[in-house]
Amino acid sequence: MSRIQLVFQHLQAAGRKALIPFITAGDPDGEATVPLMQALVAGGADIIELGVPFSDPMADGPTIQRASERALAGGMSLVRVLDAVRVFRAGDAVTPVVLMGYANPIEAMGQAAFVAAARDAGVDGALVVDYPPEECADFTARMRAAGLDQIFLLAPTSSEQRFRDVARAGSGYIYYVSLKGVTGAANLDFEEIGRRLPRIRAAVGMPVGVGFGIRDAESARKIGAFADAVVIGSRIIEEIETSPRARAVANVETFVRGIRAALDESVGAKA
Amino acid sequence: MADMQYSFPDAQGHFGPYGGVFVAETLMPALAELLAAYEASRTDPAFIAEFEHELKHYVGRPSPIYHARRLSERLGGAQILLKREDLNHTGAHKVNNCIGQALLARRMGKPRVIAETGAGQHGVASATVAARYGFECVVYMGSEDVKRQAANVYRMKLLGATVVPVASGSKTLKDALNEAMRDWVTNVSNTFYIIGTVAGPHPYPAMVRDFQTVIGKECLVQMPEIFGRQPDAVIACVGGGSNAMGIFHPYIPHEAVRLIGVEAAGEGIATGRHAAPLTANAKVGVLHGNRTYLMQDENGQVIETHSISAGLDYPGVGPEHAWLKDCGRVEYVAATDDEALDAFHTLCRFEGIIPALESAHAVAHAMKIAPALGRDKLLLVNLSGRGDKDIHTVSERSGIRF
Repeated sequence: MSRIQLVFQHLQAAGRKALIPFITAGDPDGEATVPLMQALVAGGADIIELGVPFSDPMADGPTIQRASERALAGGMSLVRVLDAVRVFRAGDAVTPVVLMGYANPIEAMGQAAFVAAARDAGVDGALVVDYPPEECADFTARMRAAGLDQIFLLAPTSSEQRFRDVARAGSGYIYYVSLKGVTGAANLDFEEIGRRLPRIRAAVGMPVGVGFGIRDAESARKIGAFADAVVIGSRIIEEIETSPRARAVANVETFVRGIRAALDESVGAKA
Repeated sequence: MADMQYSFPDAQGHFGPYGGVFVAETLMPALAELLAAYEASRTDPAFIAEFEHELKHYVGRPSPIYHARRLSERLGGAQILLKREDLNHTGAHKVNNCIGQALLARRMGKPRVIAETGAGQHGVASATVAARYGFECVVYMGSEDVKRQAANVYRMKLLGATVVPVASGSKTLKDALNEAMRDWVTNVSNTFYIIGTVAGPHPYPAMVRDFQTVIGKECLVQMPEIFGRQPDAVIACVGGGSNAMGIFHPYIPHEAVRLIGVEAAGEGIATGRHAAPLTANAKVGVLHGNRTYLMQDENGQVIETHSISAGLDYPGVGPEHAWLKDCGRVEYVAATDDEALDAFHTLCRFEGIIPALESAHAVAHAMKIAPALGRDKLLLVNLSGRGDKDIHTVSERSGIRF
């Protein structure tokens, strides 16, 4: 059983929802990445999504675009992202790390080399935004053979047939994109998500996380009512952006702790 | 003679290892919907008839092939023939494709169209067809290009389009494309994305090519009528590569005809400051929905390109060009900024034609090879656009301000 599956199993047994915060590796600088990952865990993260910066982040809104630009300006690269995971893993053997990014840095390294290096560094999964299942069968097979989970997206535009196709290729969890748009947008339709989620969960047979547009305790609590996991990204990047450099790590931890409390509270209230 | 089988892409949009559908999940259903609509339209006699009618009466096709006698005389070798796409309505080949996609958008019931643009030619063509068919139109343009191409920005506004400057990344064509993709993902249910070149996810590379093949199909008929035979070589500039695919594709089975694509060598291939992924043998990568040759650093980050011509300033290239390079059916070469400028001035002074700087790259290569060829050889150059939009760029190079 993968580290990701283990996390969901424990949470399910405890009747809790997974909190999956996202940060971009190298933002605001390379030195901050491991302390930020540790702060996410201290604040209550169950899984960390670590963004691999890319020059052309087509699915991201302005906030994560800026984070990518800062990270690249500081010389962050896929190799250095893996270095950061290795350092994090030396001090934390349990929290799964999922790399999230775009295909080209992986293609430049080579798919086989990436999978081997990611496994050696202690990575647990990867979500490659522009790798739909039909374009990455070889990569999926390599990930599976290495015992790594490949996380796929589903969207409000996806058909029931698509739910099944994506579930066949993916493992670990499914990331449901909560809105038509880019990361950080603010037009969540909770009713629509509430209608879609049960059908998706029934079709995919694995945990479903919801992300894009979740900004605060209130939206996290509402999403947590029907999802297995809540992904929160742009809002954390904003916290990093607006904090003085010396306070960034502590402020992120405080922010994540607030979301964690809201998520646990909603489950407690229902129970 | 048609003596070669060629049928690409495959059903999944692959040209050998290139092309494909590398997009985020939200767009997968939209691309499937587009593919279905396109497949139904391309064989529908009513659709084809309307497309042809618009090309004839709105665009002004067929465009002539003009024998550039004074230029040929001056070069002292092969005859230079110009396929005059610069004479189309809006001044470039781009409008052919925009008409096709606009008809498709109307058929699919999409009231809003978006487009990306570099030099502004595709933006102007998109704004034009949006006005013609009554769509709302938003054009994304890198903020650097907005500065470089102020006249085209105003032209688009006159036509009723909203021009959105894009200030992210390198602030040029690739960033405009990123932003258009973000718009599409947000407004996917009511919006049609008119991509201007043979790149992007399937079915765009094949669909844009098909709409542009009107160029090459006309040449196949015109050449024997005017010159008694097909040309010895067809030469076209390649940025994304839509004018080149449009004129090359009908000639692919005609193996005796050399096909030559001319990329932008910028300040020179050796300087690294260019936009010639094929000529420079760039690494293969994934950008904007397809796999192709891509200018990138060792970490897979897309690098900034350099060309005097905004329309060629793009780090990738249409996936079918990547495939045609590997097959060897098309030769890819490059012309520098200086060579393109020299061709620009020469065509102005010897033929009374102001070419687009993009097209001047193709003319430059013809000028390079013509002297060594016999006077009976025919070089057909796709003059893909007119150069009115470029007079500021050229005058600044000459130290003239107005």
